Amino acid sequence: MAGPSIDALGQFRLSTGLGPLGAAVNFTNSNEAMLASAAIIVVLFVLGLRSRAIVPGRLQALIELLYEFVRNMCVDTIGEEGLRFFPLVFTLFSFILLGNLLGLFPYFFAFTSHIAVTLSLALFVFVFSTGVGFYTHGFRFFKFFVPEGVPVWLLPLLVPIEIISYLSRPVSLSVRLFANMTAGHVMWEVFAGFMLLLTASFGILGAFASVVPLGLNVALVALELLVAGLQAYVFAILTCLYLHDAVHMH
Amino acid sequence: MIRRTAFALALSMVPAAAMAEGTMPQMDFQNPLTASQVVWMAVILVVLYLTLSRWGLPQIGSVLENRERQIARDLEAAHAAKAAADRAVAELNATMKQARDKAQADIAKAEVESKAKAFADAKVLNDKLDAQLAYSENQISEARIAALAAIKPVAADVATTLMARLTGKTPDEATLTPEIDAALLARQAA
Repeated sequence: MAGPSIDALGQFRLSTGLGPLGAAVNFTNSNEAMLASAAIIVVLFVLGLRSRAIVPGRLQALIELLYEFVRNMCVDTIGEEGLRFFPLVFTLFSFILLGNLLGLFPYFFAFTSHIAVTLSLALFVFVFSTGVGFYTHGFRFFKFFVPEGVPVWLLPLLVPIEIISYLSRPVSLSVRLFANMTAGHVMWEVFAGFMLLLTASFGILGAFASVVPLGLNVALVALELLVAGLQAYVFAILTCLYLHDAVHMH
Repeated sequence: MIRRTAFALALSMVPAAAMAEGTMPQMDFQNPLTASQVVWMAVILVVLYLTLSRWGLPQIGSVLENRERQIARDLEAAHAAKAAADRAVAELNATMKQARDKAQADIAKAEVESKAKAFADAKVLNDKLDAQLAYSENQISEARIAALAAIKPVAADVATTLMARLTGKTPDEATLTPEIDAALLARQAA
């Protein structure tokens, strides 16, 4: 059958980026977006730090705002020890935030909609926070799985539950980000494709009717903007929470 | 055609169904690019982390610290200036109070002095006037006595002449003199 069809998943297909050189080292189009995100962050810092003014300009105020936002998040969630992890949390937060926001633009690849990417990030956070826990507390960190003030006979039930909930952290952390981004982008594509379908099926009448999916897509832009910021924040604050658990064990 | 549109409508309502339509590229772990993007992400993230933690974040930290220090310094200077101003105002008030007190004391002293001087002057004047008054009274009484003394022979003469003219007899001087004295005394008393 001729005519347009909805290919909602084509936008997630990986290809090689950066020309033949990138293809030779399997540099993908998602890595292009990652590179762009990292470059934007660094450029923001370079531009924002140009004047180092007492009364900041717009760009300086922007990076100072980001800096203090993430810093306060670290200190409030982890405690004073959180300052050690501040650069790490800032890197993750800004990287994911820029990735989410860049993914909203047409022709930009939303790398946070790839489970391989989010799972890798989540596994890194998981392994890192567990490592911090063992580094800080030694083998006493195993006590983290034994809830305090619980009758002994309940422990055989509770300890496996605690361990399972601990092990499921990277899964929930990664799937949350991946599913949110993927769902949003799929909905966009579906509504946009639906406009083409309506026009192809009902001619001029369908073209008028496609105002409805267009309006929905406009509303979705606002929603996705919120989701992009919110999911980056959720990822960062959960990273802080896991680090808090590793440092304080409760 | 209509069935197809209805299908698309259903798809748009349930995005999950749209994903199930084909295989998701995200789940295609056979694709070497799925793994390679993670490797490149690791490289990009390490570079970004090193850039931010070694350069970017400390720089912003120092900018913020500078601002905080500057604000603290300015506040301190403002506090010092205010304290100095307060001290100057207190000093000014004290000086003004002192000057006012001194002026009032001077005024009171001058008043007392001038009162005393006026009093003394008035006393001197009064004494002088009293002395003059006494002297004048004295003179008046002397003149009066003299006048009275002069009146006696005249009265005797007048009485003798009157008597001689009226009666043709010259009165006896021995009887006349006490009578005249008594009449004069009676006048003087009146």
